[in-house]
Amino acid sequence: MTRITVTVDGTSYSDEVEPRMLLVHYLREAVGKTGTVIGCDTSNCGACTVHLDGRSVKSCNVLAVQADGHEVTTIEGIAVNGELHPMQKAFHECHALQCGYCTPGMILQAIDVLNENPHPSEEEIRVGLEGNLCRCTGYHNIVKAVQQVAGQDSPVEQPEGATAGVQS
Amino acid sequence: MIPAAFDYLAPTSVADALAALAEAGDDAKVLAGGQSLLPILRMRLSAPEKVIDLGRIEELRGIREDGDHIVVGATTTYTDALASDLLREHAAVLQDAIKEVADPQIRRRGTLGGALVHADPAGDVGAPALALDTEFVITGSAGERTVAAADFFQDLFETAVGEGELLTAIRIPKHTGWGAHYEKFVRVSHQWSIVAVAATIRVEGGSIAEARIGLTNMGSTPLRATAVESALVGVAATDEAVREACAAAAEGTNPPSDLNGSADYRRALAPILTRRAVLAAAGA
Repeated sequence: MTRITVTVDGTSYSDEVEPRMLLVHYLREAVGKTGTVIGCDTSNCGACTVHLDGRSVKSCNVLAVQADGHEVTTIEGIAVNGELHPMQKAFHECHALQCGYCTPGMILQAIDVLNENPHPSEEEIRVGLEGNLCRCTGYHNIVKAVQQVAGQDSPVEQPEGATAGVQS
Repeated sequence: MIPAAFDYLAPTSVADALAALAEAGDDAKVLAGGQSLLPILRMRLSAPEKVIDLGRIEELRGIREDGDHIVVGATTTYTDALASDLLREHAAVLQDAIKEVADPQIRRRGTLGGALVHADPAGDVGAPALALDTEFVITGSAGERTVAAADFFQDLFETAVGEGELLTAIRIPKHTGWGAHYEKFVRVSHQWSIVAVAATIRVEGGSIAEARIGLTNMGSTPLRATAVESALVGVAATDEAVREACAAAAEGTNPPSDLNGSADYRRALAPILTRRAVLAAAGA
């Protein structure tokens, strides 16, 4: 067992963990932050995305011991005083979720995309979210939500062939 | 999926890491960013007794200029490499390839040195490292040695890094002013290359003066397309001329067959992707 001290959503936790424990398991099982979900268990889907020292990582692909001395932010730590984070609000308003399973990871990654580039193009948003899978395939409104937060007014372009009833 | 139990060591200097490695022998795995190793441990394809984490060794991180070379510390992350003006100016093809590695979250943690030592032939950084004639600085208890790119990649997941040794840095000869492009062929955006081509080209007066071409996933190691490199010299940077010079891109390769495509399919892809990469690198 190894003792680690990790700040999670602003609170410091100190725990004995097995070195093999994944950060996502530590967050869910030791700290109780079950808002961070496990999707694929293969580092593909991005559902378990959290911020480690302010940058997004897949918490199934980090050991809890690697987070020792560092700061983690989960989906449970981004609302301030009960007020939703602007990205959470935008996901709500734009109906950017269907089953909701990918949402915690999508929101954390979307925040990261805007931290890196506050005014991304639609393509930059899609590329920035490439490590997050939505199996409801509801990507369209997710991109809209990110654009809303980025303060873009331009409507999201329809994918080719998606315009109902109009053939050119 | 949960890895098998292991002891964890997090040395803070290269010397301490080498000592830990010497003590552990072949029961240890070295952890850099963990973006390849952790999936392997989770799937229990490997169950080492000890994991030696290099993540707390400051001296292994960072990018600096050293005369005619750019030196990249082994545990420099992809994200940091992408942000580097030095690499953009002097080793653009490496940055172009890194842009295509996995996804943003993986690039935050994944390291250049980790990927090179992992030596997955479908990984994206081997081919540009080879194309750039990168030198590999390997450190062991006896000190440092430098291995040329041509000798570094030895086989599937095998490199010149021996037992008790660490890759501590790579030294990239400056390719200042060379055009660059990494052409990656995949079915799903953030997956491993089915085939990819790293091309870096020096153009002089509209024709190609020098060309360096690295191939990803066309054999058990990254490969240089030397026949194409020679054929490109003096060729006008036009579609037709480059197409002809790239026809031999699959020569001497031994690509794998898997669910993504047969060896023949990959052999058919290589000249096409090479032509695209060369034309883009030449700015044509």
